[in-house]
Amino acid sequence: MKKIISVLVRNRPGVLSHVAGLVTRRGYNVESIAAGPTENHEITRITLVVKGEEPVLDQVTKQIRKLIDVIKVEPIPHEAAMTGELALITVSFTPEKKSEIMNIIGLLGLAIKHIERDSATVMIAGSAQSIDTAINGLSPFHIKAMARTGLVALPLLENWSPA
Amino acid sequence: MSATKQGSPPPAPKGEVSGAEAIIRFLGDHGADLVFGYPGGAVIPLYDAMFGSNVRHVLCRHEQGAAHAADGFARASGRTGVVFATSGPGATNLVTGLANAHMDSVPLVAITGQVSTTSIGTDSFQEADIYGITIPITKYNYLVKEPGDLLDVLAEAFHLASSGRPGPVLVDVPKDIQVAQIRYHKPSPPAIPGYVPRPQPSADEVAALAEAVHRSMRPVFYVGGGAASTGVHREILKLAEGSDVAVATSLLAKGVFPDAHELSLGLPGMHGAKYANLAINESDLIIGLGVRFDDRVVGDVRRFAPLARIGHVDVDPAEIGKRLSVDLPVTGDLKLVLDMLAKKLKPSGRPEWRARIAELKAAYPLAVPESGPSGKIKPQALVKAVSDATGGEAVTVTDVGQHQMWAAQLIRSVKPRRFLSSGGLGTMGYGLPAAMGAALSEPGVPTVLIAGDGGIQMNIQELATVRENDVPVKIIVSNNGCLGMVRQWQQFFFGRRYSSTVFGYNPDFARIAQAYDIPARRIEDPSGLAEAVSDLVRSDGPGLLDVAVDPEENVLPMIPAGKGQTDFFGEG
Ligand SMILES: Cc1ncc(C[n+]2csc(CCOP(=O)(O)OP(=O)(O)O)c2C)c(N)n1
Ligand SMILES: [Mg+2]
Repeated sequence: MKKIISVLVRNRPGVLSHVAGLVTRRGYNVESIAAGPTENHEITRITLVVKGEEPVLDQVTKQIRKLIDVIKVEPIPHEAAMTGELALITVSFTPEKKSEIMNIIGLLGLAIKHIERDSATVMIAGSAQSIDTAINGLSPFHIKAMARTGLVALPLLENWSPA
Repeated sequence: MSATKQGSPPPAPKGEVSGAEAIIRFLGDHGADLVFGYPGGAVIPLYDAMFGSNVRHVLCRHEQGAAHAADGFARASGRTGVVFATSGPGATNLVTGLANAHMDSVPLVAITGQVSTTSIGTDSFQEADIYGITIPITKYNYLVKEPGDLLDVLAEAFHLASSGRPGPVLVDVPKDIQVAQIRYHKPSPPAIPGYVPRPQPSADEVAALAEAVHRSMRPVFYVGGGAASTGVHREILKLAEGSDVAVATSLLAKGVFPDAHELSLGLPGMHGAKYANLAINESDLIIGLGVRFDDRVVGDVRRFAPLARIGHVDVDPAEIGKRLSVDLPVTGDLKLVLDMLAKKLKPSGRPEWRARIAELKAAYPLAVPESGPSGKIKPQALVKAVSDATGGEAVTVTDVGQHQMWAAQLIRSVKPRRFLSSGGLGTMGYGLPAAMGAALSEPGVPTVLIAGDGGIQMNIQELATVRENDVPVKIIVSNNGCLGMVRQWQQFFFGRRYSSTVFGYNPDFARIAQAYDIPARRIEDPSGLAEAVSDLVRSDGPGLLDVAVDPEENVLPMIPAGKGQTDFFGEG
């Protein structure tokens, strides 16, 4: 079972070490961890995606909540989450394959960040699933390098829509 | 070269003090006027500021000793212990002491020197990332990077160490911060968003607990260190007597409930009395009070108290449900919960349960074996002699090993904060410095240390501190010539292959003590035991008694690790 845990922390030096250290020390299974600023410059949001059985996930939440720098911990159920992730992918190719690859990049709707004679770097932002789809689509070619940010999430608010 | 560059620093502007002076003033203003520590290059300004101040420093002979001394001071007095160390090796020498205090939730503040902020990260002389190193073994820690933050950090550190579930806090102070000039001010009261040191218990949860007690025929309180540190022994006694609840005390709670009480089960678990574990096994309601249900008590969570509903009261929500699933959880400050519970509970006698406990106790007493023809002093008899000589009134400190478990079984404690032992970490070498710290916390309270011949050597250098400060610690070495507890496991579970557990050589402990000008003697004959122990306890100043005990004795009963409450070793 997978769970998204959104953690608001005091923006202090060392706070990431405290959270990351706790997770490894207690042997929790973390799929991704992403941190960044929030609307309040004193507060950072850390989004963890954790795998495990329910009692373990419950412990993770409680242990994280116990950290002194942690202001709030919100486990977000997948169905109530808005999620997003960003990835940069560099593919290399022989000149003969170039048009084929450009075709696929177009089909997948990926943005080209950089292009060379024998390689291209594309960017995709979206759900974890759409990133997986893009990786799958490019995998017949040589993926030279890849960077993923890890999932970020916010809970779905009832009366709010991005329209 | 101009004169001002060499001489003493220019006088500080009015109202300003150095960071080091601010630390010392802060400690004085907050009643932390006894500090254990060891100086070095990165804390010279701090020690300079302390020189001639109203803060008393006890110079230990090793930073580990200083940390354990501060720990013993804190456990005995309930006040926050303070320890100083220099950067690098001084700071890393604190690690075991901090981990020990962390495991047992002891309020400590460690102040370490660090290389200057401008040198941090360059592998400069005696630089160690003690902030990074101590993240997992402190409740919280700080690296002070701005002089202006120092006082607020100190206030927060003391607040965190002593509130909620207590624990050690480390404050790493670079040398340039110690010499920077700052304005001394009363720090603002700590406001830490999301930190709730005294959670208000839910009335519904407490009501459910009360209801469970009403319906229970065979209730047990399983009491832990949280009850000792919050001082709720009177509340527990009243509730237990009012409703005939049997009371088991973890190692850290020893003394919270009088051992001699009819309802007392004493220590449960691996080396608990058989009657304690059998009572737990028969119980229909176990209520944990500030306790961890740790693996030395609950070896097999699936088979623990099969007939019982489990209630658990703790200030730390992460403890509830950590090891076993709980039917009746209550998150909250123990004192608040017990007061609420007292209002809800209708006292009622359970004569059958009382009778059953008396019956179990009579059937399976904790026996002290006779010396017999071997003519050797039995270590259990030694511990019993200590209990008899002190009447349980003394602060009794142990080290770690067999002697520790016999002490837990056989010392008849009557009060909390009078039995100190390293529980969660099981740190050999804890005893001597901790006893020293305890004795310094309250002059006049006799302090007795029972240590093994292994553990006493792990911080034996503190005999110098004991002598220098004339600390009246009565040291008893339970000398079995071996690392008894490990030897016992090898005997039981590794075919008597005594790999590196039997000493081929031991020093003469009495002569070691004498070299430190501490009066000492050695005894071997059972007939002189009671008198020798009582003479030591009644003597003035420090003293050491080296007692040759039977090396063959084992701590029994024993439930092997990971086993259920009735899986007594050697039966079936
Ligand atoms: C620092 C440390 N190292 C090793 C151990 C493992 N250990 C636990 S009990 C024990 C034997 C202690 O021997 P001694 O101090 O003579 O006490 P005894 O068991 O003989 O009473 C050992 C080695 C420990 N608990 N702490
Ligand atoms: Mg020994």
